[in-house]
Amino acid sequence: MRRWITRCVAVLGLLLVCNAHALTAEEALGIAVGETDARIEALGKAAAQGDDRTAAYLQALADDAVKLAAGRVLVVRDGKGLDPVSGEGVPVPPDAEDVMLNNRLRGEIDTALAALRLFSSDVSLRRQAALSLLKDPDVSRKPVLDKALAAEKDAAVLDLLRQAQAAVMLGSEQAAARMSAARTLGQSAQAEVLLLLNQQLSAETDPAVQSALKAAVRQVQDGLRWGERLGQLFTGVSLGSILLLVALGLAITYGLMGVINMAHGELMMIGAYATYVVQAAFRQYLPEAFDLYLLAALPLAFATSALVGALMERGVLRHLYGRPLETLLATWGISLILMQAVRSLFGAQNVGVENPSWMSGSIPLMSNLQLPWNRVLIIAFAAAVLLGMVLLIGKTRLGLFVRGVTQNRPMAACMGINTARIDTYAFALGSGIAGLAGCALSQIGNVGPDLGQSYIVDAFMVVVLGGVGQLAGTVYAALGLGLAGKLLEGWTGAVLAKIAVLVFIIVFIQKRPQGIFALKGREA
Amino acid sequence: MNPSSFSLPPPRSLLSRKAWTAFLVCLLAVGVMAPALNLWVPAGSALHLSDYAIALIGKIMCYAICALAMDLIWGYTGILSLGHGLFFALGGYVMGMYLMRQIGSDGQYRSELPDFMVFLDWKELPWHWALSDSFVATVLLVVLVPGVIAGVFGYFAFRSRIKGVYFSIITQAMTFAAMLLFFRNETGFGGNNGFTDFKRILDLPIATQNMRMTLFVLTGLTLLGFFLFSRWLVTSKYGRVLQAIRDAESRVMFSGYSPLPYKLSIWVISAVMCGVAGALYVPQVGIINPGEMSPANSIEIAVWAAVGGRATLIGPIVGAFLVNGAKSWLTVTAPEFWLYFLGALFIVVTLYLPNGIVGLLRKPVGVVGLIDKIKRKAGAA
Repeated sequence: MRRWITRCVAVLGLLLVCNAHALTAEEALGIAVGETDARIEALGKAAAQGDDRTAAYLQALADDAVKLAAGRVLVVRDGKGLDPVSGEGVPVPPDAEDVMLNNRLRGEIDTALAALRLFSSDVSLRRQAALSLLKDPDVSRKPVLDKALAAEKDAAVLDLLRQAQAAVMLGSEQAAARMSAARTLGQSAQAEVLLLLNQQLSAETDPAVQSALKAAVRQVQDGLRWGERLGQLFTGVSLGSILLLVALGLAITYGLMGVINMAHGELMMIGAYATYVVQAAFRQYLPEAFDLYLLAALPLAFATSALVGALMERGVLRHLYGRPLETLLATWGISLILMQAVRSLFGAQNVGVENPSWMSGSIPLMSNLQLPWNRVLIIAFAAAVLLGMVLLIGKTRLGLFVRGVTQNRPMAACMGINTARIDTYAFALGSGIAGLAGCALSQIGNVGPDLGQSYIVDAFMVVVLGGVGQLAGTVYAALGLGLAGKLLEGWTGAVLAKIAVLVFIIVFIQKRPQGIFALKGREA
Repeated sequence: MNPSSFSLPPPRSLLSRKAWTAFLVCLLAVGVMAPALNLWVPAGSALHLSDYAIALIGKIMCYAICALAMDLIWGYTGILSLGHGLFFALGGYVMGMYLMRQIGSDGQYRSELPDFMVFLDWKELPWHWALSDSFVATVLLVVLVPGVIAGVFGYFAFRSRIKGVYFSIITQAMTFAAMLLFFRNETGFGGNNGFTDFKRILDLPIATQNMRMTLFVLTGLTLLGFFLFSRWLVTSKYGRVLQAIRDAESRVMFSGYSPLPYKLSIWVISAVMCGVAGALYVPQVGIINPGEMSPANSIEIAVWAAVGGRATLIGPIVGAFLVNGAKSWLTVTAPEFWLYFLGALFIVVTLYLPNGIVGLLRKPVGVVGLIDKIKRKAGAA
């Protein structure tokens, strides 16, 4: 039965007249009601000659937005009725029933839609349509493809169409046609093509075609492998950039000042909540400038966390310098208080922070490699923060004072530096950077009271591994841990990868405790 | 200095006469009073000790053993471990495995295998469950598993002379990694849910009042036994070396001692004590899961010791009782304040009570001394 229909549709396709004709009321009704086979037949007929209105109607069907009332079909979107044939608004009768689709029909509608879109005026739509036809080849689509090939101007879409045609031809009766199809498909870089080729390979009997298929499979695999490798590399760098952001603040408070700040994660959480507050304020008062809220959130996140950090330093840590273990416990206590405070203020549930529109979406590089904008921007942001810190520590007066106090406190004091004030500034700076990290994290993950907890162990690992008191080590360690973690993850799974990294760090510290812990500053 | 003046002060007696009296009173309270008040005094009487109180005190006594263990390694040797929760949980898991096997085929699936294994469609016990059906082996493993793991970890860490904060941080990484591992279903420890629904211990039903009392008395006796043992350790020459390592490790080395065996042995002893505490804890509370290994739990042990007073053996026990008492009271009456309270406790104790509550009481001037100290601090800053 199925084959009969397919053939029937194919014949209809061959009869395709070049000028598309508009959707008729009978066709619209025929697709919506009746036996599945009859509906598919009607669908084929309408789609073969369809125009934009047919496409809109099919889309409505696919979206479950079509209702049936008194022998007529209506498109109902947001409670408003629309006649699919004339395109005019009509009232929706209260007894309108939903049009039901089974999975088979749904699939047919999707392919028909794709075929219709091949003639859209939008290049990206045509591209998508060609891709979906390539992924799901069907002999019945060959005439449509031929027609689209003749009409297409865009080179990239043309390539995809050729491949889609080849995918159809892969099932051809003639060995020569299969052979050339295999060659064409070899140039593709789609994961689905691999599946098609392998399917055909298992069914193939002709040895020459078999070897052509094998070559094509290899070719596609090579193409895909690069995408996969680059993708893993990218996620590794992305994780590394996040670890770097998280660890940069610690590199100051712990690396330079020798303060074990277990509340570092909570300072990040405060930055993330500051971002949330700014976002909510923008939504409330400045909805038209919503996309810019992140720019306002950055300084606020920095300032809030820096303020909390300065208070911590003045109120508690100042009295504990030189007693690192006590510092650890006291900051842990502070972290508990901060977490509970946030819970009391904002509730224990996660809050939603929405990406501004320029951070959502992704850059498509290859068929299996897409770089999400938010991750790309966070990598750039981490690099910018790092650069800012290097300049601040290396070039400014404040940086000079911080380095001076770190290296030799009494001598720095003798030179007239107010060491106590420098301590506060440095700690506030480290805390502020934690706030920036929190702002960045709010763009890629959940924002909740426990946000900081999940990063704190990692962050300490980065600083300890990178070597205390130097920024370069922190950078290497963050990127190294990020890459190692993600590459292992592809191999062993996320949890085991994490455990492996932790074990590696423990072993590494055993091996090189002195070299890595070249202690400077007050800790020594 | 004249060499003949180097003579050690005479060894201190294990406990003073007054302390022995207090110890015997505690022994009586745990071994005789508590069972009598719980089992034989009728429920309506004012003297009756409720089952809830017994369960709570039993639980806190397990924690007190941990605090005591923490005190040996932190208070007396100066090594802060943020991974003692791991040893506690390991002891608990060993006992939990035995208790799971004791369920026999009374589980939900009526299988000889523990329920979670049936659920995962496992056909036979994994290798590490081999000894779990024998109580004697379980008791041995409760000591051996935390001991061996602590021994291996400690050997490498102390051999590389990892000290201070670094040691604390890698112990935290250790317990964190173990927690992630135990969360996995395929490691065979019940994943997220851990072990629960215990039915029997030594073929006797576990949920009876008598069994609860037995476990309570056993825990109390273990705590008192460990207290005496710790007291003996720290008053011995060995204990003096430990304190010397805490105060000036380099000088100890220059004096011809190798700190490694001392640190390693006290580290293992401390881990084993935690393991035993965990093994006593699990049958009393009826559940063990990887949450016990979370870094937060381990750091809480350190706070019990700090609150009570480090380097005073009685302090950590007092600290464990006070903090956990406050916890079970506050989490019921004002749950949102518990974390504020705990956090403030961390800060106040580290800032103003470096010797803990017991340290405060020991000073003849008490509160006056504290105020002096605060004044001095303010002057210095």
